[in-house]
Amino acid sequence: MSLVRLDGVEKRFGALQVLKGIDLKIESGQVVAIIGRSGSGKSTLLRCINGLETHDDGRITVDGRVVGEDAKALRDLRQSVGMVFQQFNLFPHLSAGRNVMLAPMVVKHTSEREAEGLARDCLAQVGLAEKFGAYPEQLSGGQQQRVAIARALAMQPKIILCDEITSALDPELVGEVLKVVKDLAERGMTLIMVTHEMGFAREVADLLVFMHQGRVHEAGPPAQLFDAPQTAELRQFLGAVL
Amino acid sequence: MAQFTFWDILRNLLLATQWTILLSLIAFIGGGAVGLLVCAARITRHRAVTWAARLYIELLQGTPLLMQLFLCFFGLSLLGLDVPPLVAAALALTLYTSAFLGEIWRGCVEAIPKGQWEASASLALSWPEQMRYVILPQALRIAVPPTVGFAVQVVKGTALASIIGFVELTKAGTMINNATFESFLVYGLVALLYFALCFPLSLLSRRLERRLNVARTA
Repeated sequence: MSLVRLDGVEKRFGALQVLKGIDLKIESGQVVAIIGRSGSGKSTLLRCINGLETHDDGRITVDGRVVGEDAKALRDLRQSVGMVFQQFNLFPHLSAGRNVMLAPMVVKHTSEREAEGLARDCLAQVGLAEKFGAYPEQLSGGQQQRVAIARALAMQPKIILCDEITSALDPELVGEVLKVVKDLAERGMTLIMVTHEMGFAREVADLLVFMHQGRVHEAGPPAQLFDAPQTAELRQFLGAVL
Repeated sequence: MAQFTFWDILRNLLLATQWTILLSLIAFIGGGAVGLLVCAARITRHRAVTWAARLYIELLQGTPLLMQLFLCFFGLSLLGLDVPPLVAAALALTLYTSAFLGEIWRGCVEAIPKGQWEASASLALSWPEQMRYVILPQALRIAVPPTVGFAVQVVKGTALASIIGFVELTKAGTMINNATFESFLVYGLVALLYFALCFPLSLLSRRLERRLNVARTA
């Protein structure tokens, strides 16, 4: 059974229909890159998967659980779905280590000592072992984003959603974040990412999804989509970004 | 007629200042406690509660403190409750303060960026957990300067209690003036004493604000 499955998912913001019937199956260990113009519904799609946005129609299942509106069920679901944001969204009043420790301690009732060990491991995984005590404002954008990844990892999720995680970074800091994501992919983490990094998508993704006007316009292996786009819209999009 | 020396006047005013301080403290502590409830009521997701809190705030912010004092003092005695001026003044000032502090604090909670809610929600925290560990610690920090700043308004607001006969600094000033006819001296001293209470608070508020801005430029 697919780890994530979307059937006919629709989403409206008032009169604007952002998602017009999305069908998608994502297997465990797959790396999925979602590309498309801004306004094509990429981020909304991602945010529906962990219930940050509610969908109006259709059905989303994650790891056998139906994504609905019940708060308790959503919290259970979110324990296995991590998310990393464009703007990092680290907690500015907590050190990097405490950012990572918070959810395990509060949600999973991990002891402080255990959580600290876990946080040190996760920070080491993203190459920031020595930044445990640093506050977000003392870190560069790239470092903050890596802490955010470590924070998601600490909940030992099955899936991590990445919402344009390099878009707010200075160009020279993009590489360090992508390297961490690539590491995760190589270790078998299921990743669903909305990205503008075409080179990275091509190199790392197993499945490339091109969204256009609220629909999955084309999907398949990256090489196939990049080298032989089937639709005029994708050709046009690739022409504009490559 | 007895003669008042400068020191007599000052001594009596200082004695009355104690009551101004006491009334300010009661209003601020009581108003803070009720204000917390008002703030909580404003930010819950229960529509009816939010509306009730909103009505409470609008009524208290949209009527003069003087009328609130009158209503507490005369209104309660109409109901057969014989309330001493201190109690009526403390009650009115508590209500008044709670409406303003509740609204100030709500603003502070809502000033926390949406991303903080989303990040903590996607880490599977519940609403109370988000509040407790993520939102409130940040909101409290930004709430300190406006809260201290509002304390100045409370101190000055206590002057109105003189009208219902509570002998605090302003009332004492009026009484001494009636006996000495040295209006300028007496009211000058009264004003200076208020200033001595409020100025340190203003300074503190500005200091806190500056320190906060330095810490939050990220």
